[in-house]
Amino acid sequence: MALDDTKRDFKVIGQRVVRPDGIDKVTGKAQYGADLILPGMLWGAVVRSPHAHAKILKIDASEALKLDGVEAVVTRADFVEQKGDNFADNLDNIMAGKKALYDGHAVAAVAATSQRLANKAAKLVKVEYEILPHVTEVDEAMKADAPVLHEGRKYTGAPAGSGPNVTHYQDYGHGDLDAGFAKADMVIERSFKSEGVHQGYIEPHACVANYNTDGRGETWVCTQGPFMIRDFTAAFNGFNISQVRVTPSEIGGGFGGKAHIFIEPVAAALSKKTGRPVKMAMTRSEVLRATGPTISGHIDVKIGMKKDGTITAGYLGMRAQGGAYPSGTVDMATQAAFAAYDLENVKSEGWNVVTNRPKEAAYRAPGAPLGVWGVESVLDELCQELNLDPMEVRIKNAAKKGTKSSYGPTFDDMGLLTALEAAKAHPHWNAPLDGPNKGRGLSCGFWFNFGGATSVSLQINSDGTASVTEGNPDIGGSRASISMMAAETLGLPFEKVRTIVADTNSIGFNQETNGSRVTFAVGLATIKAAEAAIKVMCGRAAKIWGIDEEAVDWVDGAAVPSGPNAGDFPPMTLAEIAKVAVQTGGPIAGHHEVTADGAGVSFGVHIADVEVDPETGKTTVLRYTAFQDAGKAIHPDYVEGQMQGGAVQGIGWALNEEYIYGADGRLQNDGFLDYRIPVASDLPMIDAVILEIPNPGHPYGVRGVGETGIVPPLAAIGNAVSRATGVRMTKLPMSPPTVLKAIS
Amino acid sequence: MSKLHVTTTINGDSREFLCEPEDTLLDALRNTLGLTGAKEGCATGDCGACSVTVNGRLVCSCLMLAAEAEGQEIDTIEGMADHDKLHPLQKHFLEGAALQCGICTPGFLVAAKALLDKNPDPTETEIRYHLAGNLCRCTGYDKIIRAVQNAAAEMRGA
Amino acid sequence: MRFEQPKTVNDAVSLLADADGLTRVLAGGTDVLVQLRLGMVEPDLVVDIKAIPGMRDITEENGGFTIGAAVSGAELGEHAKLVAAYPGVVEGMELVGSTQVQGRATLTGNLCNASPAADSVPAMIAADAIATIAGPDGPREVPVADIAIGPGKTSLKKGEIITSFHLPARPANASDAYLRFIPRTEMDIAVASAAVNLTLKEGKVVAAKIVLGAVAPTAVTVPAAADAIIGTALDDASLDAMAKACEAACNPITDKRGTIEFRTKTAGTLAKRAAKIAFARAGGKS
Ligand SMILES: Cc1cc2nc3c(=O)[nH]c(=O)nc-3n(C[C@H](O)[C@H](O)[C@H](O)COP(=O)(O)OP(=O)(O)OC[C@H]3O[C@@H](n4cnc5c(N)ncnc54)[C@H](O)[C@@H]3O)c2cc1C
Ligand code: FES
Ligand code: FES
Repeated sequence: MALDDTKRDFKVIGQRVVRPDGIDKVTGKAQYGADLILPGMLWGAVVRSPHAHAKILKIDASEALKLDGVEAVVTRADFVEQKGDNFADNLDNIMAGKKALYDGHAVAAVAATSQRLANKAAKLVKVEYEILPHVTEVDEAMKADAPVLHEGRKYTGAPAGSGPNVTHYQDYGHGDLDAGFAKADMVIERSFKSEGVHQGYIEPHACVANYNTDGRGETWVCTQGPFMIRDFTAAFNGFNISQVRVTPSEIGGGFGGKAHIFIEPVAAALSKKTGRPVKMAMTRSEVLRATGPTISGHIDVKIGMKKDGTITAGYLGMRAQGGAYPSGTVDMATQAAFAAYDLENVKSEGWNVVTNRPKEAAYRAPGAPLGVWGVESVLDELCQELNLDPMEVRIKNAAKKGTKSSYGPTFDDMGLLTALEAAKAHPHWNAPLDGPNKGRGLSCGFWFNFGGATSVSLQINSDGTASVTEGNPDIGGSRASISMMAAETLGLPFEKVRTIVADTNSIGFNQETNGSRVTFAVGLATIKAAEAAIKVMCGRAAKIWGIDEEAVDWVDGAAVPSGPNAGDFPPMTLAEIAKVAVQTGGPIAGHHEVTADGAGVSFGVHIADVEVDPETGKTTVLRYTAFQDAGKAIHPDYVEGQMQGGAVQGIGWALNEEYIYGADGRLQNDGFLDYRIPVASDLPMIDAVILEIPNPGHPYGVRGVGETGIVPPLAAIGNAVSRATGVRMTKLPMSPPTVLKAIS
Repeated sequence: MSKLHVTTTINGDSREFLCEPEDTLLDALRNTLGLTGAKEGCATGDCGACSVTVNGRLVCSCLMLAAEAEGQEIDTIEGMADHDKLHPLQKHFLEGAALQCGICTPGFLVAAKALLDKNPDPTETEIRYHLAGNLCRCTGYDKIIRAVQNAAAEMRGA
Repeated sequence: MRFEQPKTVNDAVSLLADADGLTRVLAGGTDVLVQLRLGMVEPDLVVDIKAIPGMRDITEENGGFTIGAAVSGAELGEHAKLVAAYPGVVEGMELVGSTQVQGRATLTGNLCNASPAADSVPAMIAADAIATIAGPDGPREVPVADIAIGPGKTSLKKGEIITSFHLPARPANASDAYLRFIPRTEMDIAVASAAVNLTLKEGKVVAAKIVLGAVAPTAVTVPAAADAIIGTALDDASLDAMAKACEAACNPITDKRGTIEFRTKTAGTLAKRAAKIAFARAGGKS
C-alpha cells in the first residue's frame, strides 16, 4: 500500500459541504443537554452558598425532605473523598466540604418530582454558616495577612513577602534583560489590569443521570469531555469506570468551560440514591456564579526598542487569580506573551493566587489573550513614540521557522510573517481612516495548539460507504471535517461517509474537545484509521487477484495493481471490495489510537477600526479583519467561523464583559442583561482571511484554528481606542465609564 | 393545587395541555408537549433562544405564562419547514454555515422569519437590530446576518 | 399561585381588591415573569388584564391619543399617527428590550415596575401624559409623573389598576425626543437618559419640558433646564446651560451599571442631544 502523505490536490478537503448534523439543528430536532426526558425522571436543584467565604457548620434538610415529592438530598458526605490535588479540588469545587469558598459554591443538592418543587426544596435546606473574611482581588489576596483559603497550599518557591494564597510561580525566557534594555533607544513600562470574563456559551450545563444502587448507569450530558465526566463521576461516587457510560449530547457551546466537571457527579449521586433518572440543568445565574470564568489579574510589561524598530528586550510579569483553587493557567499567558517575536533578551514570569471566586475554567486559548494584550499594547505605544509603522515593526521582529521561542521550543514552519504580509497588503490596512475620534489598531496573536489522546474507528459498509466513530463532542462542525478527511483518504465522496460522536463505551479514550485539537488530532487518527482500512482492502484485492499484498496500491477509492509487473487487473473499487468482505475474510474496519504530537503553532493578525464618542467614552467597532494561518482549511466556512467567533468574544472582552463583585463578595451581574456579551447590532461584519502554511505534523497540513482568534482582539481594539483618543488604555474592559474617565 | 387546562394551536395543530399557573410557555412546550426546539439559555428574556411567535408576533416563550396561550396561535421552530421542504432561511443557514453549536439557531430562525414576514428587504442594520435579542456566542453573527440576507433575496425572487 | 384572566375592569379590580396576600397585575409580563423566575416575588394571585376589551386599543380623540394599558411596544410603534405626534414617547417605549420583548412589554408595566431607569417614563412625563386608574373607589386620573414614587414603589392603592394613558393634543411645531445611554447598542438597561418635549414659535422654543431617567430614585423633571432653552433657538450657550442644569438635578447612585460621575455627565450630554433632535422634529432650523 502506498498513500501519498504529502498530497495536496484535494477532492473533498477545502470544499464547503453542508454539515451532516445541520438539518437536525435548523429544524429543532437536535437533542442538547437539557432536551432529554426519561420516564420517571426527577429534577435536581443545587443549594449554593450566598457567602464568598464561610465555614459550613451544619446542613439540615429535614424541612425539604418533608415536602411531598422531594425524594433525596445529597451533601459532601454522600461522595467518596479523593486523593491527589486534581481529584480532591474538583470534588471540593462541585460540592463544598468544610468551607464554602465563593458565592455560588454548591453545598447540597435535592431531587424532586418537578423542577419547581426541587427549587422550593433547595430553599428549605438550612445551612448554618460561620462567615469568614473574604478576598476577591488579586493584590489583596497576595498579601501576607489576607484571608487564607487553603492551609498548606502555598507555593514553596514563592517570593519573599507573598502570602499563603500564592500557589504557583513560573518563569520563562532567555538572554540578558539588563543588557537588552541598555541597548534600547526607548523603554516603555506599563501596568495593565483585566477583569474576569466568562465563556458565555448560550447553553447552560445540563445532564440526565440514570444510575442504580449497584453503581451501574449512564449519563447524558452536554460536555467537551465525556471521558472526563465518566472518570470523575465514577471516582466521586465510588463506581467502577467500566460501569459508567457517558453519552455526549449535542453541545451548545463550551469554549473550554464545558471541559470541566460540575453537576454531573451530583446528578449521579441523586440518581443512585433514588433509583430514578435525575435531570439537572443550571440556570444562567448558576452558570455565571459557579462555573469557570477565565483567569484575570495584573500584567506589568517593559519593552525596549531601537529607533529602527528592533526590540532589544522584553519583560512581562503577571499576577493572576484563578478562583478558589490553585491554577497554573497563568503559565500559558506568560508563555504566549512574546511568542510572536524573535527576541534576544526576554523574560516572562507569572504568579497565581487563590481568591474567593469560582474555580477558573479554560476559555479559548486560556491566558494567552492577557499576556499578548500587554505586550502588543506596549509595542504599539513604542511605535507611536518612535514614529514607526506598527506593521513594519511587527514584520521586522516577527518569529519565524528556526526562531527560539520566548518559552523555549524552536519554531518549525509557521504562518506569522505570511499573515503580517497579507494584512499589510489588505485593503483594510491601506484604507484611509477619515474623521475625528477614530483609530486603527493592530495586534498579533498566538496559540500553542494541542494534540493529545485520541481514538477513532472506521467501518467499511457493504454498500461501499464508511462510518466513522469518534469520541470528541462536535462543538462547531467537526463531524463534517472528520468525514471530509475520511472521504479524502478513502477516495469516497463526502456523502458516503458519516461520522458520529460515540458514548464512552463505544470508542477508546479521548481527551476533551479543547486546545484546538479535534480537527488536528481526531483528523490525524481518522486518516490513520482509514489507512488501516485501506490496508485491509488492498489485502482483500490481492487475495482475489492472487497477487502479493505489497503489489496493490490504493488510488482514487480503488485497489489497483502497483505496476505492470504486479499483474493486469482492472481497479477494484471500495464498493466492490466491501460487497464481498464477508466472503474474503470478514468485516473491514480500521482504527487508530494515539497521543497525537506535532499540533503545530498557530498565529493570527487582527486589524480593528474604531470610533470613540468623546462625550460618553463609548466605542463603536467600524471595521474588523482577521488573518490566520490554518495550515490547511478542511472546511473553510468553519475555519472562518472560528476566526469570527473568536474575534467577537475578544471584542466583548475588550469593551464590555466583566465580572463585577460587590464588597460582600457576591457576583453583581449574574445574567446576560449585565454580563454584556456582544449583540448583533454591536458589530460590523468580521472579515476572515485564511492563510495556509501546512503543518508538517499532519498528513494534510492541518493546524488547530479554534483558539488563536480570541488572542489579538484585546490589543487590536485597545490600540485602536488608544490611537483614537490619544490616551493609552491599560484597563479592561474599556467600558464607556472607564474610557471617559481616562480621556477627561 | 389543580392544574389549568389550556387549548391552543401550535404549528397549525390544535393542542391541549395541562399546566401549573407558574409554568411558562417555554416549560409547557419543552416539558409537557415535547417540543424541545425552543431552548432555554437564560429564562429571563435576554438570549432569545426560546423565541416563538404568538399570533404572528415574536416573543420569548420564557416571558409568557403557559396559561396565557389559551386560544392563541403559537408557531415554533418545529413548524418552520413544510414537511420535507426547508424554509429558505433554514436552507441558507445550512449552506452559509450560520451555525456552529446550533443552540441559538432555532431562536434566530424564528426571529428572522418574523422579520422577513414583515419586511422582505431589510438593510443589514435593520437585521442586526431586529436580531439583537438573540445571542450567539459562536459565530460573531457575520454568517447569520449573511444567511438572512441571502434568504431574503431568495424569497423576494431576487 | 392563582392565575385569573378577567373579562372586565370591574372583575379585575374586585379580584385584586378582595385578594389576600401578594398580587400582581400581568400586562406584558416582561418584568413579572423575570421576577417570578428569579424568585424575587412569589405572588398568590396574578391577574392578566389582556382579555379585557379595550385594553389593547389606541384611540385618537381631538388630536390626543388614548392608549390602552395592554398595548405592546410593537403595537405602539406600528401606529403611524402616534409616531408622528409623539416620536419621543414611542422611541422611549421601543428602546425597551429586544424585538421579542417589544411583542409583549407595555407602557403600563414599564411605569408600574417603577424602575428609575424605565425607558418610556421620562418621555411620558415630558409629554404631560395622564394615567386613568380604576379601583375599588372608582376611577381617577393622575399625571404619569405622580405614579412612581421610588424604586419598585408606586402610588397605586390596593385593588387599583391603570386602564389607559392619555397623551394630549399637540400644537403645531411641537415634538419630542428621548435618548438613553447604554454600553452596548441594545439589550441593556439605561445608565442615564433624557426626554425633551418642545414647542416652537417662529423658530424659537416657547415651551419645554425636560425629564431625566436613571439619575435619581424616580424620573426627574428639570424646570431649570427647560428655562435655559426657552426663548432660544438652541444656541450652544443655552444648550450648555441646559446641560449644567440637568447635571445639577442628578442624584444618582454608583452601581454595576455606572458611576455617579458618569451618570451625571452623561445625563447632560444626552439632554443636549435629545433637545437638538426634538427641535429639528418640531421644524426648527439651527
Ligand atoms: C430582556 C429584557 C430587556 C429589558 N429592557 C428594558 C429596557 O431597555 N428598558 C426598560 O425600561 N425596561 C426594560 N425591561 C423591563 C420591562 O420589559 C419593561 O419594564 C416593560 O415595559 C414592562 O412592561 P410589561 O407590560 O411587560 O410589564 P409587566 O411585567 O406585565 O408588569 C410590570 C409591573 O407593572 C405592574 N402592572 C402591569 N400592568 C399594570 C396595570 N395595568 N396597573 C397596575 N400595575 C400594573 C405589574 O404588576 C408589575 O409590577 C426589559 C426586560 C427584559 C426581560
Ligand atoms: S430563554 Fe427566553 S430569552 Fe433566554
Ligand atoms: S451557534 Fe453557538 S450560540 Fe450561536
